[in-house]
Amino acid sequence: MNAPNKSGWKPEMTLAEDGMHSGPATTTGNRALMLEEPLLFEIGRADVTGVDLPAVDANAPTRLGGLARSEAIGLVGLTEPETVRHYTRLSRQNYGIDLGFFPLGSCTMKHNPRLNEKVARLPGFADIHPLAPQNSVQGALEVVAQLGEWLCKLTGMPGVAMSPKAGAHGELCGILAIRAAHEARGDAREVVLVPESAHGTNPATAAFANYRVEDIPATPEGRVDVAALKARLGPDVAAVMITNPNTCGLFEKDFREIADAVHAAGGYVYCDGANFNAIVGKVRPGDLGVDAMHINLHKTFSTPHGGGGPGSGPVVFSEALAPFAPLPFVRQDAEGTFYLVEEENREERGPSFGRMTAFHGQMGMFTRALTYMLSHGADGLKQVAEDAVLNANYILRSMEDILHAPFAASGPCMHEALFGDKDFTGGLSTLDVAKGLIDEGYHPMTVYFPLVVHGAMLVEPTETESKAAIDQFITAFRAVVERALAGDEELKQAPYYAPRRRLDETQAARKPVLSWQKPDD
Amino acid sequence: MRYLPLTDTDRAAMLEKIGAGSVDELFVDVPEVARLDGPIRGLPMHASEMAVERHMKSLAAKNLVAGDVPFFLGAGAYRHHVPASVDTIIQRGEFLTAYTPYQPEIAQGTLQMLFEFQTQVARLYGCAVANASLYDGSTACWEAVAMATRVTRRKRAVLSGALHPHYAEVVKTMAKFTGDTIADAMPAITPEPDLGGLIARIDDDTACVVVQYPDILGRISDLTPVAEAAHAKGALLVVVNTEPVALGAIKSPGEMGADIVVGEGQSLGVGLQFGGPYLGLFAVRDPKHVRQMPGRLCGETTDAEGKRGFVLTLSTREQHIRREKATSNICTNSGLCALAFSVHMTLLGERGLRELAAENHRLACLAAERLAKVPGVEVLNNAFFNEFTLMLGGKPARAIVRDLADRGVLGGVSLGRLYPGVEALEHALLVAVTETTTEEDIEVLARELEASIKESAQ
Amino acid sequence: MRYFTDEHEWIDVAGDVATVGITDYAQGQLGDIVFVELPAVGTTVEKGKDAAVVESVKAASDVYAPIDGEVTETNGALEDDPALVNTAPEGEGWFFKMTIADAGQLEGLMDEAAYKDFVASL
Repeated sequence: MNAPNKSGWKPEMTLAEDGMHSGPATTTGNRALMLEEPLLFEIGRADVTGVDLPAVDANAPTRLGGLARSEAIGLVGLTEPETVRHYTRLSRQNYGIDLGFFPLGSCTMKHNPRLNEKVARLPGFADIHPLAPQNSVQGALEVVAQLGEWLCKLTGMPGVAMSPKAGAHGELCGILAIRAAHEARGDAREVVLVPESAHGTNPATAAFANYRVEDIPATPEGRVDVAALKARLGPDVAAVMITNPNTCGLFEKDFREIADAVHAAGGYVYCDGANFNAIVGKVRPGDLGVDAMHINLHKTFSTPHGGGGPGSGPVVFSEALAPFAPLPFVRQDAEGTFYLVEEENREERGPSFGRMTAFHGQMGMFTRALTYMLSHGADGLKQVAEDAVLNANYILRSMEDILHAPFAASGPCMHEALFGDKDFTGGLSTLDVAKGLIDEGYHPMTVYFPLVVHGAMLVEPTETESKAAIDQFITAFRAVVERALAGDEELKQAPYYAPRRRLDETQAARKPVLSWQKPDD
Repeated sequence: MRYLPLTDTDRAAMLEKIGAGSVDELFVDVPEVARLDGPIRGLPMHASEMAVERHMKSLAAKNLVAGDVPFFLGAGAYRHHVPASVDTIIQRGEFLTAYTPYQPEIAQGTLQMLFEFQTQVARLYGCAVANASLYDGSTACWEAVAMATRVTRRKRAVLSGALHPHYAEVVKTMAKFTGDTIADAMPAITPEPDLGGLIARIDDDTACVVVQYPDILGRISDLTPVAEAAHAKGALLVVVNTEPVALGAIKSPGEMGADIVVGEGQSLGVGLQFGGPYLGLFAVRDPKHVRQMPGRLCGETTDAEGKRGFVLTLSTREQHIRREKATSNICTNSGLCALAFSVHMTLLGERGLRELAAENHRLACLAAERLAKVPGVEVLNNAFFNEFTLMLGGKPARAIVRDLADRGVLGGVSLGRLYPGVEALEHALLVAVTETTTEEDIEVLARELEASIKESAQ
Repeated sequence: MRYFTDEHEWIDVAGDVATVGITDYAQGQLGDIVFVELPAVGTTVEKGKDAAVVESVKAASDVYAPIDGEVTETNGALEDDPALVNTAPEGEGWFFKMTIADAGQLEGLMDEAAYKDFVASL
């Protein structure tokens, strides 16, 4: 095997020789490029500002109805140079895709193209108001329409709701449309079936819509137990929610059969589209009998994750559900003018179940996603899915000899490879492997999800990694796993080299400190 | 393809390691009926960066840019000057391309920022604790109603008639499915909000009363009596704010007794963006209510060496642990928008926010005074911050707004668009003024409004 | 007399009042307890139904009522110091006191020796 690092550092060097870990303490607590940064409230001052505005004229007439603020707000300010430095220092304590490999399963941490950022900032998109007269924002409405058309064609579905703000919001949108469709024909169904391997949002969403959630068991191969599901179908089952490819990284090969059975029993099929990246441009969910599916634009279509949002979760619908989609939606009239169907368009809104958000959805994400789609085209997106799946299988087959891979015998995986902690010794756990990978310079994979595998490790490389990057990861991953198999006690204290060592989550939860207070307050 | 690093040689080597003859063999589990024989038809093939940029620019060019014309739109989304450093900071890859901070040792940047953000929001709202943000103001409004029903174990929410109608629609849509009762109303077109009428609608089954401040017509009034009336009936007061800059000039909702304060944070750092992504703010006055809050929370702790650090905490409330018993199905926050808000707020500070608010109010007072001189036009509000309602003397506001756009002025939001089919509101125009508005802009609006009204009379 | 359920709750009966908590085995399985959600005084609880929630950092678990009755008192000390459930699960870390609606229900529960065998069999 090649040395995993060509920079001059050699893996056989000891900690002391590498000069990173040892050495005298510093006065500041800083270590060269690793800089400590106080809290804003410890360095800012109430009378300092980084924006030049006219001073407040205490004698100016006001029309505040006697409600002028008399108390201090309690904010502090910094000048521009101090602000830039504060946040630059904070940023350097973060791991991002730009820095390295980020194989977080089911989150699809792929490269975020910078053209997308540039386009989203064009004043024609960034500086327009959601309630501007529609004759003044035809280009914006056209973006919404074009993106919707791409989503429909890529999924083979006829309808789309663009307004949901994130994946979970899209999921809610789909389930609410299902409830509305049942209610429209006076069919009060009470149960939603969810596989036990599902993400926690699925049952949370179904419960929100007042459905009772029942688990569907999985087969030993890691797929939905079709026989058990069919046996449970009946007049009380409103829908099944299935993730495909599923959370074990496998394609649900009996999906069409499941969908047909659900439809025959009068129910609808919700597909969680979180893992669409594995099949985009390659398989159309509409061909599998899906009635509703949300699409995480921040996963498959590479809008940035931003440290936890904003996301965007448009939902595609079958003929049966499309009329129930939430307001607003964009239409085009005979002259080619785009317009919004909102509360006022009584006839056109049809049986829409209502409104999910104040405006029209995540426009800033639409422009990025459309830019991404146009860049890849139908051929490029197909290649995206193929490379994502190829990379994941390569990792699966490069690890299975030393790491428990519960579904390795079930055939190829899709875009992510799932492992378990079965043979670790000495009390070492999946968490220790994750923290060990941090020291190796990686963001860890998703851990302890899905729940159906003990000590689950879900590795999703995505298509934007080179073979060299993946090979280096495999080398590091194998080394850390070997340590876990050997019961290496040192691994239990990892990470050693991150800006912080392991953090005490028990203390944080027992005595929550959720905002800054002056020490003497 | 410029975003795909694998070469054909790489692919061949990897397939060999896997033991597959072709990539298609990896898709063997896809049922025959769903297999495609090539790229999906009806979509274009890949394109160069230059070609894509050209296409997107042509779409952007079809929009009338707010900054290019005199601009007076508000109603829940406000145009403010965003300092240049805000965008530079949020485009740092370590913020832009990070994930939710589930591995805190390598996410202290995001976590410390969220802790600072939570502190800023809590103080702005006069509350004890704010969360790490929600999708936007309207969804935060629904989450507040849902939280109030959990806290009080009651199922009825009373909405003020002067709550943003889209927010009210979101609440009503969600409540249809949860089985909660929503008592809503139309706004009274009066110089002062009808708080007496609102208080009269609070009963013993009421979980919460929801009031917007400043309200949809731009009016502001002391909400202390509403808080007292709600508390007397065991209900909570939810205050909704869509313009955080206002709180640099007027009393905070927490000071007036609000139990839950939610709002839209778009004004600071985020920009208009045709409605999204925006930033949902959510805070509670009483720390006892923290465990009933939706969304992520960042908390302080220490690491194994005793250094201060931050983690996501109290996550047993959330869906990934609680599944069907979670406080909400939300998985995400609006992280990057929260960062933009926080950076902008840091640049402003106490002094800057107060100056910004004063400047907004000064210009709004000027505009109200000038527009009141347009024949046939009256200002409805007694009090306002940076937005007020104009009564157009029987003229249809929607037609006037479209006509003003043709004259190159984005003159405001017609209440007719927000309340379609409600005759009493068809003649009202909502006008917002910020620090980006010049005195010349105000003059142009006054002139064109006068001309537009005159012409519509003929 | 102390009884145990197969859901790892204990119930201590003294006259017509019973005290309920979770067992040492249960706290060990849950790990560091960070929060206990207790029922309001006056709540009617039903045998086998949710009565309280106990939370660790990564999990929330329901605690079921061992018998029918009404909650008469809750352990306020847990509010400030949920770690009591870890340090003294079968003593100071008790959850709530309740009335005994049907003493007959106690007969179906395990005694200490039976519970010890039950845990050993897990």
